[in-house]
Formats: sequence, C-alpha cells, structure tokens
Amino acid sequence: MSDTTDTGPVLAADGTPLKRSLNRALRAQKMRALMLIAPLLIFVLVTFIAPILDMLFRSVENQIVSNTLPYTVEQLADWDPETGEAPGDAVFAALYKDMFIAAETKRHTRLGTRLNYEQVGLSSMFRGSGRQIDDFGKDQIKALEKLDNSWKDAAFWYALMTGGEGAEGHTALLNAQRVRMATVTGDDYDGDIGFVPGRAIAALLPETAQAYTAFALFTAVEDEDVVAEEKPWEAVKVALIRDLQAGADVAGYDGPGAAELRAAQELAAELPALDFRQAFTASDKGWSDPETWRTIQIYSPDLTSGYFLNAVDLKQSADGIEPRPENERIYIKLFKRTLFMSLVICGACIVLAYPVSYLLATLPMRTANLLMILVLLPFWTSLLVRTSAWKVMLQQQGVINDVLVWLGLVNDAGRLVMINNQFGTIVAMTHILLPFMILPMYSVMSTIPPAYVRAAKSLGATNWTAFWRVYFPQSVPGIGAGSILVFILSIGYYITPELVGGTTGTFISNRIAYHISSSLNWGLAAALGTILLAAVLILYWAYDKIVGIDNVKLG
Amino acid sequence: MSESQSGDAFVAFERVQKSYDGENLVVKDLNLSMPKGEFLTMLGPSGSGKTTCLMMLAGFETATHGKILLDGVSINNIPPHKRGIGMVFQNYALFPHMTVAENLSFPLEVRKIGKSQREEKVRRALDMVQMGEFGGRRPAQLSGGQQQRIALARALVFEPELVLMDEPLGALDKQLREHMQFEITKLAHDLGITTVYVTHDQTEALTMSDRVAVFNDGRIQQLAPPDELYESPQNSFVAQFIGENNTLEGTVKEIRNGVALVELDDGEVIDAKPVNVSQPGERTTISIRPERVEVDLSRLSENAHTLNAEVAEFIYMGDVFRTRLKVAGRDDFIVKTRNSADQQRLKPGTQIKIGWQPEDCRALEAV
Ligand SMILES: Nc1ncnc2c1ncn2[C@@H]1O[C@H](COP(=O)(O)OP(=O)(O)O)[C@@H](O)[C@H]1O
Ligand SMILES: [Mg+2]
Repeated sequence: MSDTTDTGPVLAADGTPLKRSLNRALRAQKMRALMLIAPLLIFVLVTFIAPILDMLFRSVENQIVSNTLPYTVEQLADWDPETGEAPGDAVFAALYKDMFIAAETKRHTRLGTRLNYEQVGLSSMFRGSGRQIDDFGKDQIKALEKLDNSWKDAAFWYALMTGGEGAEGHTALLNAQRVRMATVTGDDYDGDIGFVPGRAIAALLPETAQAYTAFALFTAVEDEDVVAEEKPWEAVKVALIRDLQAGADVAGYDGPGAAELRAAQELAAELPALDFRQAFTASDKGWSDPETWRTIQIYSPDLTSGYFLNAVDLKQSADGIEPRPENERIYIKLFKRTLFMSLVICGACIVLAYPVSYLLATLPMRTANLLMILVLLPFWTSLLVRTSAWKVMLQQQGVINDVLVWLGLVNDAGRLVMINNQFGTIVAMTHILLPFMILPMYSVMSTIPPAYVRAAKSLGATNWTAFWRVYFPQSVPGIGAGSILVFILSIGYYITPELVGGTTGTFISNRIAYHISSSLNWGLAAALGTILLAAVLILYWAYDKIVGIDNVKLG
Repeated sequence: MSESQSGDAFVAFERVQKSYDGENLVVKDLNLSMPKGEFLTMLGPSGSGKTTCLMMLAGFETATHGKILLDGVSINNIPPHKRGIGMVFQNYALFPHMTVAENLSFPLEVRKIGKSQREEKVRRALDMVQMGEFGGRRPAQLSGGQQQRIALARALVFEPELVLMDEPLGALDKQLREHMQFEITKLAHDLGITTVYVTHDQTEALTMSDRVAVFNDGRIQQLAPPDELYESPQNSFVAQFIGENNTLEGTVKEIRNGVALVELDDGEVIDAKPVNVSQPGERTTISIRPERVEVDLSRLSENAHTLNAEVAEFIYMGDVFRTRLKVAGRDDFIVKTRNSADQQRLKPGTQIKIGWQPEDCRALEAV
C-alpha cells in the first residue's frame, strides 16, 4: 500500500484531510452548476411551486368565519349543539355587532356564500339580515333622538367620545379596533384617523366606545371623511342604549355631554330591552334553527376538513361524518369516471401506438422519417382545431354518420350519437395523446438491436415467438413510460372533455375549473385538485412497486 | 473456380448474387462448397460481403440470384427458424431479460423438448463451455469472454449440424481472443460440426480454419488451406492481404524452365516464379515474403540474380531482426532475419546485395 496509515484519514499533499480538500475543489463546481439552474429554479418556485402550495393551503384554510364574526365565534364556543336549541342572547348580541360591521363593509355576502357550500340557504339568510340590520332597535333610537336633538349631531358625538379637549386617549382600544377592522375587511387600517376614544368615556360606556371607534376607523379609512362631521352608525346608538340599560354609572361623570347622558339613562330605563334574537329571527327564520348555528360553530376554526369531505361526497353533521344526500353525490362518481376513462384512453393509445412505433423503429431511415412527420403532425395543429375537427367528424350530422347513412349501415333516424358523451371524449383524447405514447415507445424500440430477433429465429423461434418472447419484453419499458405519460396527462385533461364531453364525458378537472371560475369555491377546487394530485402520486408509487420505475425508459 | 462440385457437399453456394439496392452487386457470383465437418473461414476486409453471405445462408437475406444448398436441398425458400442452423452474433445477442439458463433453454423450448431433458441439455452445454455455475445470472452480469462462451453454448445446445459465427471474437481483448480461438476450434472438431466463421483478422483465420475463403469486392479471391494461402497466394490481393509481403513492379523479360526473369523498373533483373503471367512483355508485380529474402548470397545458387540494396533502418525485435531496405527505388522493402549467433546486424547506410530462391518469389498480375 501507499504511505497512508490505516488509522488516520487520508491527507492531501498540503496536510489537510483529503475529503475536505476534495469538497473544497468540488464546491466551486457545484456553485457554478447552481448558478446555471438558478433562473429556472427561481422561475419554477415563484410561478409554479408557490401557487400550488397556496392552492393546497386553500383546501383546508377557513379563516373567513372567525375573521368576519369574531365576537360571535367567541361567544358560540360555549354553546352546546346537543341542546337542540338556538344559542342564548349573548350570542345574538355578539352577532349583531359582527353583522353590522360586516354589512357596512359588505363582507357578509362573502361569508354567506362560503357557508352556503355547507348548508344551502345560508347565503340568502346573510344577505337578507345584512340588508335589514340598520333597522334593528329603530324605535329605541327614535326615542333617544326625540329626547334630545344633540344625539343626531355629529360634533356632539365626536366630543362625547373623545372626552373633550386634552382628555386622556385610549390608544389600546383604538388599536384593537384597527386590528378587528383590518381582519374583517382584509384592508389596511393604519395611520392617523383624527380620532382617539377617551379613556374615561371608554370605561363608562365600553360597548359604545368600541362601536364608535369602529365607525370612526371606517369613516376615516374607507369613506375618507372627517370623523367629527359624520353622524354615527345605528349600531353606536344601539350600543349606547345597551350600555345605559346595563347600568353605566353616568352620575359621577363630568366630561362633555354628561347632562345629556344622564337624561338618556332615565329614558333608557323606561325603554324595553333590545331583543336581538327576535330581530334576527324576524329578518330570517333561519337564525332560530340550531342547524344554522351548528354549521357556523363547525366552520369557525381556522382550518377545516370540510372541503375535503365535500370532495368525497361526505359532510360533517350533528352525528359526525356522514354521506351527503344521494342527489348531491357527484365527486366520487367523477373521480371514478376520470380514472376509468384515463385507463381506457391509455389502453387505446398502447394498442394504436405499438405497431406504429414498431414500424418507425424498423423501417429504413427515409420512410421512418416520413412516418415520424405524420406522427408529429398533430403537434403542429392547435389543440382546439383538432378537438373541433372531431366534433365535425363525429356529430350526428357529421362526416362519419353521413357516410354510414350513405352506406345504408344506419338509417337516417338512427344516426349514432358519438359526440358529447364518453365515446367522443375517448376518441378525441386518444388521438390527441397518441404522440406521447408513440415517442417513448419508439425511442425504446429503436435501441433494441435487430440481432435479438434474428438470434431468436436462428434458434428456431417462429416470427410470433421471436416477437413475443424476445422483442416484446424488451419493449415493455417503452410501454411503461408512454403509459405513465399518457395516463397522467389524461387524468388532468381539461379542454377536450370540456368541448366534446357533454355531461357524461367530463372529467374531474372540468369540475375543478368550474369551481375556480364560476362558483368561486376555491377551497373545494383546491381540495379536489389535492386529491387528484395524491391519486397520481399513489398510482405512480404503485406503478413503481409493481413494474419498477427502473423499467421505464425514454430512450 | 466456377466448376460446381456440390455433389457430396454439405453446404453449397451456386452462382449466388446479392444486391441490396438493385444497382450494386454486394456478392458477385459466389461459388463455394463445404464438406461435412469442415471449419471454413470467410476472411476479407470490411464491406467485402462476408456478413451478407452468412445472412443468406442463415436465411435473413434472400439471394438475388443463384441457389444455396444445405445437405443437397435448396434452402432458398425455407424460413430461418426451420433451417436448424446455429448462429453466434458479433455482439452475442444474448437476450438481456433472460438468465443464462433461460437463454440456453430457449431453443429447446421452441422445439418443445420436455423440461427434464431441457435442463439436462442446458447443464451439459454450460459444462461444455466451463460456465456451469453461471446459469442463474443475467448476461449483463457476465464479462465479455463469459458472454461469448454462453453465446457459443446457446448456438450449440440444440445440436445443429451447421454453425455460423460472424466475427464472434471482435469485441474481446487479444489474450482472451487467442484463448477463445483455441476453444472454438477444439469444440467444433470434437463435436464434428460444420462451421462457417467470418472474420477480418487474418491470424484468426489462419490459426483456426481447415480452409479460408478470402473475400474482396464481393468475390472469393482464393479458397485454400491456410498454409497454401500463405505460401502460394493466387493473386496480388491475397498476397498483400495475408501476412507481410514485399512487392516490386516490373516487366517479364522471359519465362524459361518455370522461372520468369523480371526486369524491374530501375533496370535490374531478378528471378521469380510465374503465377499470373504467361508471356514476356507483361507487366507484373513480384511478391516475396520478408523472411524468404537472403542477405547471405553464399546460400543462393551460382547463377542467381541479385539486387542492390541500401540499409535504411535496423530494428531489433528480440527473436528476429527487421531490416528496412531501399530496393529498386522503393524504401519499404523489409527483410526479416532470425536472431542466430552468426547473423550479422546491418548498419544503416551500408550497401548490400540481396537475392532469393526463384520459387519463393511470385510473379503476380500487375495492380
Ligand atoms: N441491409 C443492407 N442494406 C444495404 N446495404 C447493405 C446492407 N447490409 C450490408 N450492405 C452493404 O453491403 C456491403 C457488404 O456488407 P457486409 O456483408 O456487411 O460486409 P462485411 O461483413 O464483409 O463487412 C457493404 O457495402 C454494405 O454497405
Ligand atoms: Mg460484417
């Protein structure tokens, strides 16, 4: 052996361990390689991986309920759905606070749409109540304004809520409301709004101060008006009456508007208490249904399995997970159909592509090149044109039916339906995906030396035996590669089934597209997409187990 | 060589022609007959049509014209798998998806031979090539030489009477090649099979064969046992192609007593044996092997003609000395002398005289 001892590490000429100096030498090389792929890597990360991850996240993301109805969700946590009754007054009071802001910021319809996925009818309920919420407590507000005109005065309210010149401000309350408004709307509520709630008044009238601060933020940020010049929301006045009725100690208060407050408290004592439950139920009966509240409670966490359950035709109900009603089950059927049709397309491609690839691989160069051009020809034509051509070919007044009628094989009344169904989709997609089967098959077959078949024949095998026992096994990797390619392409195919699939020939991807662009249920679309991705990965894994990915060659 | 003597021949080509493109003949008028048990080698430069001949015999190419007979029966219309001819391909063509044993049992399976008999035959064939333990391996797990043996065993396992081999040793290194040459000839003779062997390596052809057919330009240039081929080449091509050879150009002056007097282009005169020349005045190429050139003139007969030569280079090669001379205006004339005790070592620049026995120098047609 050389001069290395068998105990220590091998050293380079300068005494550093050989491994380290090798790594150092290779590092520059690796960096250069990394630099070369960096543009593509960044491109893929930004435009491909990131959106996919975002979509995957959307399939479980569910912040809209807790963002839009923060107080309600908090109060609802204590409610036990097993009682079979709608929750108590505190929940409805919180719902009023949340709904008022949501309605002002027009976020209640979005929430309604979201919850409608889980329980039909909630969308119209949210929209209806949102429209009427300004009228809740109308009588009490009228009485208050009749008592003293200053309750209609914007400047009076502003003075009352700031606590007058030089009063100590309650910035914590202001910031809390900033966060709340920002969460509900998704907008930015930073910056000076020309208003800070007074600490004293906030302690005296907590609900009112909260509501007015929210109003002030909305006025300054969304409407870009001066807070002191705008009359406050009905919700502020409702909050005031509730504060006064709750026994706010206004007797000892001496800030601006103290006298008016004392008079208002006397009035409030005589007014009937505000019944939000009754008001909501009057605007829509749905609010008295415990099922409604159950849905809201189930979907109040930030993460949900609801989209995934929906994607496999299940739903969360009072008794746990259960299947959806018969007429709402579509996705399992669609997944099965997608898998089945992809397999059929894949099989059709194998059967059609094998002889062509064989010819390509065995014909003399010149003829093979010509044939190759014919194979690639479809790639030079637009996908839409090809698909539309199949429409022309296959429709009932189309070329094939005309020929069949002309030949007398079918009569004019009995023209075959070959388009806008599964058959049409399979025919058109087989045609479109055929090159993806032919090319890998061809490149594998062209590496099989003709000597093998000759050897088999010289050993006494007939043409068929030589093909089946010697040629075919060696071409299997090409079939494998082509099948994976075609199957994975077809399982996610969209445009062709959309154009020629009708109702019975559409794929799961058409449903995904529908949810992305029409129903705007991105969460469900993301869940369906995730399941599709998982299915492909599982199939790929199974394929690797059964056939072995080493047996797949592209050339 | 156009006479047909295929009466008792095992393999016979009769006036066979072959063209791939309808314009050029790749094989032109091939006539050949082999007795049973012969080891015949087709030797020739690349592109001379050897493989084509073999493929026609195996049935993978059809003859454009002529007849191919096997055991007296025309096989022109018999498909390859019914000819029962064993074949060893250049890159072995072992089926990569089968084990060695499966490769060997393939020809037996297609002949519907029973399992136990099959296993017995496979085992015997593997033992025959000393590969008994390798039955379970895949071809890719074997070295080149081992693959070669398996290919041989596979071609022999179904006991064909005729075996064809197309440059079977081309991919092996020199030492292994020499070893396999020996094994193949031994097997072929032990089993008594008729073998057609194709190579472009003349040493291989000379050491292995009973007879060698030298191919060039789609024709057999000479068909003869190795010694005859080396010592009595029938034409310039064979003389050049087989072994080392010195040539000189000249004109025949006279032919007397079976010896031709040739006047070289620089005016000198030398003796040669007329092979392809018959009349004085004909242009000729004379051909002499380097080891038959004499520098020691005392060994020649009294009145032998000699040539002037100048030593250009002396190369010591151990067992022999190789001297390059300038003779008759050419400077590539080689002389090989044995390294014996009394042999003198020629210094470059020395003027000497050389000569030879007339029967060692052959006057062939001019090229
Ligand atoms: N399949 C073929 N098609 C056309 N020409 C061929 C084919 N096979 C061989 N040839 C031509 O025939 C000639 C003889 O080839 P071949 O028999 O392979 O020679 P060799 O084996 O002596 O090297 C060559 O010129 C070659 O180009
Ligand atoms: Mg060849």
